[in-house]
Amino acid sequence: MTSTNNSEPALVTHHLTKRFGDRTAVDGLSLSVAKGEVFGFLGPNGAGKTTTVRMLGTLIAPSSGSAMVAGLDLAPANGVEIRQRISIMPESPGLYLRLSVAENLECFAGLYGLADPRPRIQRALEAVNMASRAKDPCGTLSKGLRQRVGLARALLNDPEVVFLDEPTSGLDPVATREVHELIDGLRRQGVTIFLTTHRLEEAERLCDRVAIFSTTLRSVGRPDELRDRLFKKELSVETVAPLAAPEAVFGSIASVESWSAEGGPRYVLSVTDTRSAAPEVARALVRSGADILSIAETRHSLEDVYLELVDEDVEVSRT
Amino acid sequence: MNINMSRVRAISQKEFRDYRRNRFIVVTMAISPVVFVAWTLISLLVIPAAQTSPQLNTQVGLSMLFMLLVPAIIPAGIAAYSVVGEREQGTLEPVLTTPVRSDEFLVGKALAALVPTLAISYAIFGVVLACVALFAHPGVSSAVFRAPLLLALGLFTPLIAAWSIWVGIATSARSRDVRVAQQIATLASLPPVAVAALMAFDVIPQTLGVALGLAAVLVLVDSLGWRAVSAIFDRERLVTRS
Repeated sequence: MTSTNNSEPALVTHHLTKRFGDRTAVDGLSLSVAKGEVFGFLGPNGAGKTTTVRMLGTLIAPSSGSAMVAGLDLAPANGVEIRQRISIMPESPGLYLRLSVAENLECFAGLYGLADPRPRIQRALEAVNMASRAKDPCGTLSKGLRQRVGLARALLNDPEVVFLDEPTSGLDPVATREVHELIDGLRRQGVTIFLTTHRLEEAERLCDRVAIFSTTLRSVGRPDELRDRLFKKELSVETVAPLAAPEAVFGSIASVESWSAEGGPRYVLSVTDTRSAAPEVARALVRSGADILSIAETRHSLEDVYLELVDEDVEVSRT
Repeated sequence: MNINMSRVRAISQKEFRDYRRNRFIVVTMAISPVVFVAWTLISLLVIPAAQTSPQLNTQVGLSMLFMLLVPAIIPAGIAAYSVVGEREQGTLEPVLTTPVRSDEFLVGKALAALVPTLAISYAIFGVVLACVALFAHPGVSSAVFRAPLLLALGLFTPLIAAWSIWVGIATSARSRDVRVAQQIATLASLPPVAVAALMAFDVIPQTLGVALGLAAVLVLVDSLGWRAVSAIFDRERLVTRS
């Protein structure tokens, strides 16, 4: 692995923009990804995710803005060195189907200029549990296995940053879980991963932070931070029978900011902090003589966050 | 030009492996040389001995012209597949994400087309010359074993092949369809053979000086072809064009 200063982020972009003629694919993207972080880059189809990866991988040139990738300025002069320090797995692994798994990796080991490729290839294949299939022609492998070979190829050069572009697209649940386990394995090895996906459960499960992106950056942070930023903290309360005087019960609790009846004996309370409010609400309900069925924190998924930030665009683009 | 030979070798080696696994490529490579060898030998062996020297030279030159179609046609098809074929397979983008430079990619692809072409071309020259030495009329044999003709064959072969390769790769880099690229490249590979044809018909005199002069012109054309291909090969366009 190439050595760079550990305090430096693995990836930084400043107002990165890409235009294709009149169409702006990426508009003023500014973000930073720490070393060893698994960073999710979420957005709908056509949001500019792949264009961003291609820019950061020096495949296409930005129209404006700047970036640092693996400690190097994103500039044509640094293209070869940047590509030496990173690896990109495109959405489709793009293997030579007539060649065996090992021959595919040998070709790429040569392209990375690896002096002694055999041990590296063996290590990469072992990392993705494909060592026993090294001699199999890639054309005979299932889609999931091809994806694994693609990942092995992405590990050959011990990259500082790995870009995974929709790595589970089109995979069945078993193959998807295998890819997730591989990404977890990379995280444990301290590899920085830039994961583009529109599968929200994937991002929530794998990523330290996520960026919601649709041509422009909508929001960035940990999934729980994004939830807190967008949604009020809420408790969902259910009693056996409707409360006779709910205002008297909930209005007296300092941590409850507002409440609403959801029909029947169900109430939603907006609170300052769910952990401190829940016991207070329970005590107030008991004092009022109510029989409690449940008090639960209302959990907003990353999907809720995503839809809140992106859905409007999608609706507009469809009309 | 900063070329890393390890990366060039990686590209060429992958191509050679691909040829070996693809029987269609091997058969296609073999058919045209066999046809041209047969045609050339038949036409040389049936030339009547009683011809005048200029007639004999023209007829021999014309027969040997078929030999130069091999280095023109074989690499054109291979080179025409080199970029657009990888794009169609979805393998181009992964390759371009590695540190390989455009020039290294192009040289690797060119070598993968040039090496088998030269091997086949010189092998069939050897077969034809051996058959002529053994079986042809002495007059025909001496008309074949003339320095300008042999030099032209020896020198023009790699130069015509290089032209075909650059034309093929350029077409491939600009094309969206393998079949279209291969048809255009095959047609565009033929003009240098026309120069040899003019020599065969004695429109251009068959002398050592002329052969060397034409070879120099082909070298110049090939180097211009390399520059043109290098300029045409635009990574961004290749990656983003749907």
